[in-house]
Amino acid sequence: MTVTAPVTRKRSALTKGQLPSYAPWVVLAVALVLGAAILALVGFNVFGWGVVSALLFTVGLVAWSGMVEGARKAKDKLATCLVVGAFLVALLPLVSVIWTVLVNGIPGIITPGFLGTSMNGVTGTFDNKSVEEGTRVLGGVYHALIGTVQITLLATVISVPVGLLTAIYLVEYGEDRPLARAITFFVDVMTGIPSIVAGLFAAAFFFAVVGPGTKTGAVAAVALSVLMIPVVVRSSEEMLKIVPNELREASYALGVRKWRTILKVVIPTAISGIASGVTLAIARVIGETAPILVTAGFATTINNNVFGGWMASLPTFIYTQILNPTSPSNPAPSDQRAWGAALVLIILVMLLNLAARLIARIFAPKAGR
Amino acid sequence: MSKRIDVKDLNVYYGNFLAVEGVNINIDAKSVTAFIGPSGCGKSTFLRTLNRMHEVLPGARVEGEVLLDGDNLYGPGVDPVTVRTQVGMVFQRPNPFPTMSIRDNVLAGVKLNNKKISKGEADTLVERSLQGANLWNEVKDRLDKPGSGLSGGQQQRLCIARAIAVEPQVILMDEPCSALDPISTLAVEDLINELKDQYTVVIVTHNMQQAARVSDKTAFFNIAGTGKPGKLIEFADTSTIFNNPSQKATEDYVSGRFG
Amino acid sequence: MLKVDVTTNSLTTSQGAGRAGDKVFSGAALTAGCLILAVLFGVALFLVVQAIPAFVAPAADIQGGQGFFAYIWPIVLGTLIAALIALVIATPVAIGVALFISHYAPRRLASGLGYVIDLLAAIPSVVYGAWGAAFLAKEIAPAYDWLADNMGWLPIFQGPASATGKTILTAGIVLSVMVLPIITSLSREIFLQTPKLHEEAALALGATRWEMIKMAVLPFGRPGIISAVMLGLGRALGETMAVALVLSSGVLTASLIQSGNQTIAAEIALNFPEASGLKVNTLIAAGLVLFVITLAVNMVARWIITKHKEFSGAN
Repeated sequence: MTVTAPVTRKRSALTKGQLPSYAPWVVLAVALVLGAAILALVGFNVFGWGVVSALLFTVGLVAWSGMVEGARKAKDKLATCLVVGAFLVALLPLVSVIWTVLVNGIPGIITPGFLGTSMNGVTGTFDNKSVEEGTRVLGGVYHALIGTVQITLLATVISVPVGLLTAIYLVEYGEDRPLARAITFFVDVMTGIPSIVAGLFAAAFFFAVVGPGTKTGAVAAVALSVLMIPVVVRSSEEMLKIVPNELREASYALGVRKWRTILKVVIPTAISGIASGVTLAIARVIGETAPILVTAGFATTINNNVFGGWMASLPTFIYTQILNPTSPSNPAPSDQRAWGAALVLIILVMLLNLAARLIARIFAPKAGR
Repeated sequence: MSKRIDVKDLNVYYGNFLAVEGVNINIDAKSVTAFIGPSGCGKSTFLRTLNRMHEVLPGARVEGEVLLDGDNLYGPGVDPVTVRTQVGMVFQRPNPFPTMSIRDNVLAGVKLNNKKISKGEADTLVERSLQGANLWNEVKDRLDKPGSGLSGGQQQRLCIARAIAVEPQVILMDEPCSALDPISTLAVEDLINELKDQYTVVIVTHNMQQAARVSDKTAFFNIAGTGKPGKLIEFADTSTIFNNPSQKATEDYVSGRFG
Repeated sequence: MLKVDVTTNSLTTSQGAGRAGDKVFSGAALTAGCLILAVLFGVALFLVVQAIPAFVAPAADIQGGQGFFAYIWPIVLGTLIAALIALVIATPVAIGVALFISHYAPRRLASGLGYVIDLLAAIPSVVYGAWGAAFLAKEIAPAYDWLADNMGWLPIFQGPASATGKTILTAGIVLSVMVLPIITSLSREIFLQTPKLHEEAALALGATRWEMIKMAVLPFGRPGIISAVMLGLGRALGETMAVALVLSSGVLTASLIQSGNQTIAAEIALNFPEASGLKVNTLIAAGLVLFVITLAVNMVARWIITKHKEFSGAN
């Protein structure tokens, strides 16, 4: 019996003609140094350095790969660079938006009284004074926060029953009838209605029914419902569909009626998904600006009545503070309030998104022993 | 509390497709009847017509009569829901309600129908049903745990307990052991033997040994070919079907020559 | 066997209340479904009714004094220009991101990365608008100067560039960020549905990852990408805030780096709150035009998806 010594080779035959595994790091280091050098010539900034280095890295790696590995591998490397690059490019605005809102919003949000006061009585004079004499910026988002909560709640109260019942019709009663197919199609189409058109619809509807110029929180809630219903229908439909048919049959076989089966077996099984879908739908409409702009008007005071009078909301507050500053000559205080409100709005939306994930996880049917 | 079933000239359709044709069968009260036959012969389809579960599927319908102690299940004005409270069903795969505890699963038939029941009565019913399903000793300490946490065989017996808690006359079982391991299968078969003291049991099985072990009478269904309707070929005492069948097809099937 | 009289059938004596419950419940579900159709029909109807005065009014009474058509076509064009810019930028990036998540990123990271991209969709449009107006426009203005100086011979980059950067191109870039998550998530789903067998067949032939994507993933996903882009187009056409806040609007101009141009949605948002009389009808009519355009785009997109689903066997 001969004992063969283990083959000791620096590189396997299978890796011949390939770039060494450290190649990308070498190219990256060179690209970063070169990028910094080039940027130093024209004036250094981090963003430009990143872009130039990324370009140099791509060119360098692809060229090296082309020389060592051939055109096919080089093309593969190029595609990888482009795909990863696309992802990084997509992250830029996300990071930039969140950074901008944080930097500009924090001064607003930490101003005492920002969350607790409205804009009632806050005029350009106060803003001019705060700019000229450095006094505290007055006014806050309380009225807008109240308005957003009320309008969104009413929209939810309208949308959830309609959306959920429609989903139930589609899944439990539709049986692929023409009507069910028409509803599915138009729900899809409805998801694409521009939000401003939904606002115009609600406005036109109330102008025609109640009287021209009717602008209240309720009109805005109807507009938001038009946007919210299709989202609720689609997510609830998906959730109801994944409830196993066996559970329905088990319930029928116990002599339970269809409507009680749906209410007591199907919906409880799907409730976590439905609730999380509804929460996401709320998160989607809570930031809508355009429909509220044309339906609820603007208000600077607290209005607790959804059904009467103009009403403020966070998004429209941001919009008006930026576009029509309280003091046209000194827009800085208005900007500060707008960014503060934007931060509040983003925190609200993120919390809702987080809540949706938590609901989906916590209330899912458990299989614990 | 158990009733006999008499089926007269029953045709079962899915839409325009005739799935089962011309079944006549008389099932005695307090007996175990097994349906055997090759896959797709319509035995499960036929079973589901005995408590009107068949029509849950879109486009499904029947012609003919199914008499439960003389009352036609398909008579005018008969509510399928009432039928199902008298004829319970256990399915191929165990399907306890995942949102309910073991206790609530047993009480499902009562609670889902919104019947008022005192706590004492409920406790008695839960214990009696679980005892009846030979499951009480295994789960009595964790009645509030989810039913889906049990093993497959325990889940299936939980489903049987759930079915007998509504006190039906007849229990239909659609291949109740096909998703279970041999030990769980044995437990369920033992249970079936005990159930016939009180209930009329009809069981569909693709396992001939099982049919021989648990049933008093056996019905053999067969199908002439794809797209043809399934038919009841022979119905007799189990020992006759397995030892001395009168039909050639039955003999071929039970001796393992096809299917 | 005894012949049973119907009236003596013990099974017919059932609780009537339960049956009524079934009827009420299925009726309610059906009503809700029909309500949705009614709402969509209502959207169209009320917009038409309120828009008619603008169509029939004497030309001189409409803003601009030359009738509704002369009023609407520049802003329709502006809407299309902004949406087109958004798509040209967003589509390649979105496909790249979708490929990254579906085929490049490590499995464990993929869903988390998908969530990060979905965060882009969660940010309210007014925040994008504020960001575009306060940050992006300022930062990008020097680039417009450079474009005007070096590529000014192209009509779309004709100078002088806007000093504030509040141009239709900036608005288009902001829009592209907003439609990116839509195109990404749909494309990603389609890419993930590529039959594993096709991918493995390509890899087994010795294809590189990129060749596999070109051979198996992209051809399979093409209808999905097209409909995703259409849906993104629908969103870009109807988006209001990004344009209303970012664009310093004006008359229709070919140059993308000067202030000017306007979109329907922004026109409505900027003018509706203070509008009265015929102006309201004119704006609602503009909304109707926008509704028809987006409806057509969305229906085509949905039609492509449905057609694709039928023969691919996906889902």
